[in-house]
This record gives sequence, structure tokens and C-alpha cells, in this order.
Amino acid sequence: MLDTQVIQSRRGGFTRRKFIKGVIAAGATASAAGYLFRESGMLAPMLSAQGAVERLVTLTVNGQQRRVDVPKHETLAMTLRYQLGLTGTKLGCDRAECGACTVLLDGTTHYGCSILTHSVLGREVTTIEGLESDGELHPVQQAVIDEGGFQCAFCAPGFTMSMVGMLSKNPSPSREEAAELLAGNLCRCGDYDKILNTAMRAAELSRSRA
Amino acid sequence: MAVIRDMIPPFELFQPAGVDDAVRLMDQYGDQGWVLAGGLDTFDWFKDRIKRPAAVIDLAAVDEIRGIADGASGGLDIGAMTSLTDIAEHGGVQGAYPLLAEAAGLVATPQIRNQGTLGGNIVQDTRCWYYRSGWPCYRAGGNICYAGTRRSMNREHCIVGADRCVAVNPSDTAPALVALDAEMVVVSTSGERTFAATDFFIGPDIDIERMTVLEPGDLLTRIVLPAPWEGARWYFEKIRDRKSWDFSLVSVASMLQVQGGVIQDARIVVNSIAPYPVRMGAVEAAIRGREPSDETGQMAGEIAVEGARALRHNDYKIALTRNLVKRSIRDAA
Repeated sequence: MLDTQVIQSRRGGFTRRKFIKGVIAAGATASAAGYLFRESGMLAPMLSAQGAVERLVTLTVNGQQRRVDVPKHETLAMTLRYQLGLTGTKLGCDRAECGACTVLLDGTTHYGCSILTHSVLGREVTTIEGLESDGELHPVQQAVIDEGGFQCAFCAPGFTMSMVGMLSKNPSPSREEAAELLAGNLCRCGDYDKILNTAMRAAELSRSRA
Repeated sequence: MAVIRDMIPPFELFQPAGVDDAVRLMDQYGDQGWVLAGGLDTFDWFKDRIKRPAAVIDLAAVDEIRGIADGASGGLDIGAMTSLTDIAEHGGVQGAYPLLAEAAGLVATPQIRNQGTLGGNIVQDTRCWYYRSGWPCYRAGGNICYAGTRRSMNREHCIVGADRCVAVNPSDTAPALVALDAEMVVVSTSGERTFAATDFFIGPDIDIERMTVLEPGDLLTRIVLPAPWEGARWYFEKIRDRKSWDFSLVSVASMLQVQGGVIQDARIVVNSIAPYPVRMGAVEAAIRGREPSDETGQMAGEIAVEGARALRHNDYKIALTRNLVKRSIRDAA
């Protein structure tokens, strides 16, 4: 009887949103474990090795202070995806080539796969999840919807972040300048023409909102 | 190159706040220490498990070597941790040293330029893929070169300056800095030393395991540009397979001082044809006193490739060098 009550009261306190978030967090831990322990034979020496220690740090992500345990050798993309559950940042090549992991650090674009999380302490990290404000989409996000800019869209978050970085540098780029400023991102569907349409539309929308 | 999608193997991480602390740590760890600037060279090595240092010394917090200031001799003093974007977009650099601004702006991609530093771009290791894939070649301490054999894939390798190793220097800013007579300031626990850019880069004949004079414990802190030549003409061109991201196949940087239609002084530097940026002294001497014409360029191009020896797949680099040197004189503006 008591047990049922406990279960009921807990059920009552759980919103659907919290439940889904909990599942995502559990999944994130499980997949991070996959990354950590893939070389199973390596586990023991890894944990005993100097430097394998995690350190509790505070990151500024999308305007929030996030406290998280980060190993010294972890890259920002890994922390965002597997510790903070911000899976909008994609990992494509993990080699600073494809741009799927592009995030903003203090407003400029960086490859999240190629910077240590410990190197960005004190800097403002913005991911695709942080673009929307008060339920209103960022002009670049709106442009993606308007233009149907992407095919499979795995590259879309990275391209979107690059477009945000581009517009802060050059609010009215020509199509050629946009291609130049977005050259750090790859689309394996080869959808560049529509991506550039999106970029031009994004510039237009962001000018009209300003 | 195997792509391993998991964590980088662990290391001890230090984040010193000043040059003094950084060089002390570098001294303490010696060849077991690794200096991290932008990380665009570093992380490939780490992710592929080819370099596994015990300690990484991250310079992200060393603010004293980031930024561009006026130099003592009327030039500019650039901190080694200054990002390539900051250099490419800096008004003072664009105004007085457009050659360097152009070279920095052509490195890789916007994201890499935002993070990559001038110091890192200069001291980055070669991109020879046999070496970077962990093959035990001369440069890696072994006793063979995998890239120089008859069956090797060596389209991107040397045509001059080879000595057992045929890898090339991949930097875009290095030839620009040599052409601008820059000086490199190196700090270690035993003090500060300054090298002319031409002497900073070394070939395999001097040390086959290094690209620069830097030894474990040495930190490149500043790049000093002398006062610019009055009314100089310049030219920079980088040839690569793709218009973005790629390293140069051949690049050329030139500075010409032209008075009365005649070349008074010149610096012609070609990169990615040797393990170091090649300053073309014979070309510079030959074009002095001549007009920067097509004819002079033609002659210069021929001199530039004298003694060049192609490997099996890179004879195109000879033609490319000949033509780029010609253009760098004829089309300098």
C-alpha cells in the first residue's frame, strides 16, 4: 500500500517532458560509457594513468551555467553531446574537416571536435539549441525552414551555426562571399545550392528583423 | 588514416597563465611534454594514438602572447597565440603587410582560422601521410622513407631540399614571413633568442626529426615584423586541389621594391616544394636591376627550378613553381 502511494505520488510529480529528458540523460551516460570503455583492455591503465581524472568545471552554455565533470582529454563536442545531452551538435569526421560539430565560442565559429573542453572555460559556448529565444526561431533557423535548405540534414546544425557566425561578420554577403564564409562545412548530399539559398534568405531575414 | 571515434588517450593537462610558467613546465617534461596552441595539428596526432605525450601544456590562457602591437622598429609585434582570423582582419596588418593578411586568410577554413594561431601555423609538423599515419620513417626515428620510393604516393612531396626525408612544409604563413624578413622570438628557461625567419625553418640535413629550430623546452612567443618596405609590390598565390580546407601543393610569396620601373630589391619564397620555405636567392639576385616584366618573370621561373628533382608523381610541381615564380614577379601589385 505504501509502495503504491509512493509510486503514485512520484508519477504525479513527473511531467512527460521530465521523463523524456531523463531517458535522454540515461542514454547519454550509456553512450558516453561506450566511448570511454571501447578499448576494454585499456580501461585499467586509463583509469590509473595520470590525467585520467575528471574535474568539476563550470561551462557557460547557451547562457546557462552548467556544472559538469570533464576529463582533461575530452573535446568540447563530446562534452556537449554525451555529458550535457546537447546532441544538436553533430560529430561527423572528428578531424576538423566536415564542420558538423561547429559551435560558437564568444560568437565566432569553432570545430567542437578539435578543442578541449578545458580550453573553453570562461568563454561563452553557443550551440544550435541556444539559437531560439523565447520561442522565436533565429532568422537562420527560419530560413532553413523557408528554403528547405537541407536534404538529410546531418550537416544542418553545423551549417546553421556557421551561418550565424557569417552574419555577425557580414550581414549582407554576396552569394560568393557566403560560399567563402561557409567553406568550413561539408554537405555529403551535395546540396550546396539550396544551402546558399538558405544563407541568402537568412541574411535577408536577419536584416529585416534588426 | 584510421579514424577512431572515441576518447583521446589521457594526459596530464596544464594551463599556465604566463610564458614563464609555460616554459618551466616544458623544461620539466622535456620530450614528454606537448605544447598545445590552436590544436589543429595536435589532435590528429592524439586521436590516431601516434603521439602520446604525458603532459599537455595548453597555451589558451597565456594572454601575454596573444594580440598585435606596434613593434620597436616601426613594424609590428605579433603574439604567437594570435588567431589567423585576427591577423587576416587586422587593419594594421592589411595596411602594411597585405602579403601576410592574404596568406593568413587563405589557411584552411573560417573555423580553423578562428582557432588556429600564427605560431601554430608556422611550427606545425609536415603532412606527409606516411609519417602522420605512424609509419616508422626517418622523421619518426626509423631508417627508411616510405614516400621516396618508386611505388610511393608522393604527389604532394619535395622537389628540392630532400635528404632521405621528402616531406614538405605545409604552412601558408611561413613563406610570407620569410618574404617579409620577420624575426621569431623563442623563449626557454635559459632565456630569449631571436631567429631570422629564413634560419628558423630547417631541413632534414640539419635535423630530420624537426621542421624548425625549436627543441623540447623552446617556445615560439612572438613574431616581429620589421618596418615595411616603402611602396613595395607583393604577390601571394596558393595552389591547392580544393578551394577550401586544403594544404598548398605549391605556394609563392614575393615582395618587390620597384623604383623607376626597375626592381631594386626582392624576396621570392616558395613553399611546399621542400621541407622548409625556400627563399630563392639566385632568382632575387638575377632580377635586381630588371623590369618586373613577363620576360624577367620567365627567366626567374627557369632559375627557380634549376636543380629541382621530381619524385615519381610530382613533376607537375616543377612546372607549377616555374609559373608561380614568373607570376610573382610579373603580377606583383
